Amino acid sequence: MSSQTTSPSRRRVLQAGGAAAAASVLAAPAVRASSANTIKIGYVAPASGPLALFSESDPFVLAQAKKLFANGIKVGGTTYAVEIIYKDTQSDSNRASDVASELILNDNVDMLVGASTPATTVPLADQAELNGVPCVTNDTPWQPWFFSRKGDPTKGFQWTYHYFWGLEDIIAVYTSMWSQIATNKLVGALWPNDPDGNAWSDAQHGFPPALAQKGYGLDDLGRFPLPADNFTSFITDFKNKGAEIVTGVIPPPDFANFWNQSGQQGYKPKIVTVAKATEFPEAIAGFGGRAAGLSVDTWWHPTFPFHSSLTGQSCAEIAQAYHAFSGKTWTMPLGYRYSLIEMIKDVFSRAASTDPNDVVAAIRATNLNSVVGTINFNKGPVPNVSKTPLAGGQWKQGAGGVELVVIENSLEPSIPVGGKLAPIA
Amino acid sequence: MADWINTILQGILTGGLYALLAAGLSLAFGVMRVINIAHGDFAVLAGFIAIALNQWLGLTPVESLLVAMPLMAALGYVLQRFVLNRALGNDVMRPLMITFGFSIIIQNLLLQGFSADSRSLYAGSFSTASFQFGGQIAAGYLPLTMMLSAVVILAGLQQIFSRTMLGRAFRAASDDPEIVRLMGVDNRHVYGIAMGLALAMVAVAGVFLVMQTTVAPTDGPVHLLYAFESVIIGGLGSLWGTLLGGVILGVAQALGDKFDPGIGTLVGHLTFLFVLAVKPNGLFPKTKDR
Repeated sequence: MSSQTTSPSRRRVLQAGGAAAAASVLAAPAVRASSANTIKIGYVAPASGPLALFSESDPFVLAQAKKLFANGIKVGGTTYAVEIIYKDTQSDSNRASDVASELILNDNVDMLVGASTPATTVPLADQAELNGVPCVTNDTPWQPWFFSRKGDPTKGFQWTYHYFWGLEDIIAVYTSMWSQIATNKLVGALWPNDPDGNAWSDAQHGFPPALAQKGYGLDDLGRFPLPADNFTSFITDFKNKGAEIVTGVIPPPDFANFWNQSGQQGYKPKIVTVAKATEFPEAIAGFGGRAAGLSVDTWWHPTFPFHSSLTGQSCAEIAQAYHAFSGKTWTMPLGYRYSLIEMIKDVFSRAASTDPNDVVAAIRATNLNSVVGTINFNKGPVPNVSKTPLAGGQWKQGAGGVELVVIENSLEPSIPVGGKLAPIA
Repeated sequence: MADWINTILQGILTGGLYALLAAGLSLAFGVMRVINIAHGDFAVLAGFIAIALNQWLGLTPVESLLVAMPLMAALGYVLQRFVLNRALGNDVMRPLMITFGFSIIIQNLLLQGFSADSRSLYAGSFSTASFQFGGQIAAGYLPLTMMLSAVVILAGLQQIFSRTMLGRAFRAASDDPEIVRLMGVDNRHVYGIAMGLALAMVAVAGVFLVMQTTVAPTDGPVHLLYAFESVIIGGLGSLWGTLLGGVILGVAQALGDKFDPGIGTLVGHLTFLFVLAVKPNGLFPKTKDR
């Protein structure tokens, strides 16, 4: 009996060996991160699912990054290789949160970037803030990014930064655009019962007070559920009251129903400015000639007067390079996705080391002239936010079909306009 | 007054689309007792086939429809004969889970092939032109065509069911698949034909859908809901019931919208629940419980 208690049993040996093995695995990431001289970046975007059209330019952007970062980035005197780990959120906010924590805990990324809609940027930033990882996002109006995360305008956040425009900008652009032609100033609203529709129709911070202040009348039948197949009640009311302007924020299928039914019912507004539905060329292709005349907020365009901080290419040259790479027409998210790799280069080039505190200090001090305008987090409306320019555009009949032309630049006069707002024929 | 008439008219016409989407669902349930979760995805698939034919081969929307229908019918026969038939039995969950798998496969194949863009089939002025009845009343060519197609398809199907040998086989295979085999009818083949017909009908719905609005690869399940409610309101297996179910749903939603656009969808769902509560088998149930 005594021999059994004193000599180590087979089980004991295995347990001890397992613990030692586990300990060495746990220790490995720290060793690897400091010895391999590689900066790891987690890139999170909705590559599949309903939001996938925002991410169509990602293969191009990642290929650019691979080429431009081939020789690594010099951080505090040492050259580091750059590895970008791309993760798909499947357009789902829970999945976005999961992939963010995978990137942080398993891949030990040095920085997170991500883009497009609160369903991506909010969970990503929340995970980064929780785990103390530097994070930069864009392509979500700043109010949902900041306030839905319980941001305190006096304190801000420690690890997470964001650049895009806000609701106040879209109100300013729309009303300035509408003032270009004479109308009866009556606006019919298509604001659905979803986070965007509720924010836009908000009685304090949304469109209603701003419209009233600028002398516009409002015909708002109330929030409605999506998807909607039948817009007769809206069309009848807009027609009876004579609304010459239609605005709203609805997805492409619902807008297609509205716009085709308007045609059937003989409703002919002079101006139709609907966000979300008309931002992508494919979504309006089905309207044929009736796509011409629709107007929309324009957050990136080949005629924007900005240049890549990486290559000096103009916005037009980047749009061309994208076309050559993919065979597709540029879309607005292209510029914003490209600006993420500009941020990566800029931040790590200025950081004193790859220590998270040094990286986040470099993000905080950013003053970068990127393809989407100047990114500077010290000049934002709230801490951690930088506003980038927004313009207004109209789809006009061009040589090769309808194309988006910038028609409004009051917020950023350096953006050249390509025409004036024309009433819908 | 004209506003109200127009509201009801548009509601009826919306019901035409619901009925068109629901006809194949109703047939598949009536004959095979298969609840096809992928039905909306098959509609989207047919729509994308039509878009591809239109853009790559330059076919007109009508020609694309005529090509898409037999393609979808063949697909339906093959899927039923070689996949779904293997899962038939007393357990309704097995075929249901398989159609759930079809749904995921179709969505992801479409995403691969067409990317995530919303697309539509440009039908020229056809999608915006309308008959004007004076005042505020107008009926668009496209919704009218959808309604007429629904009526013609359902009438034709009704004729097949009540007057042909095939229809007799459908009904017999629905009532008792074991006895029908004793009578020398191969129920697996009959099921294949029924699913082929169901997908040919959903092809019509899908092509009209991409003419009326834009559709993305993941939009299928959204369109399944109202189709399903139409089938249930009308009564399982009843073809005219399905049309009436679609119209009831469309009008209920339109009238709800007229009072407040926030409650239209809700009124539709409440009508559905009301019918379920009063007549749990729907208005005109045709299938025999087994």
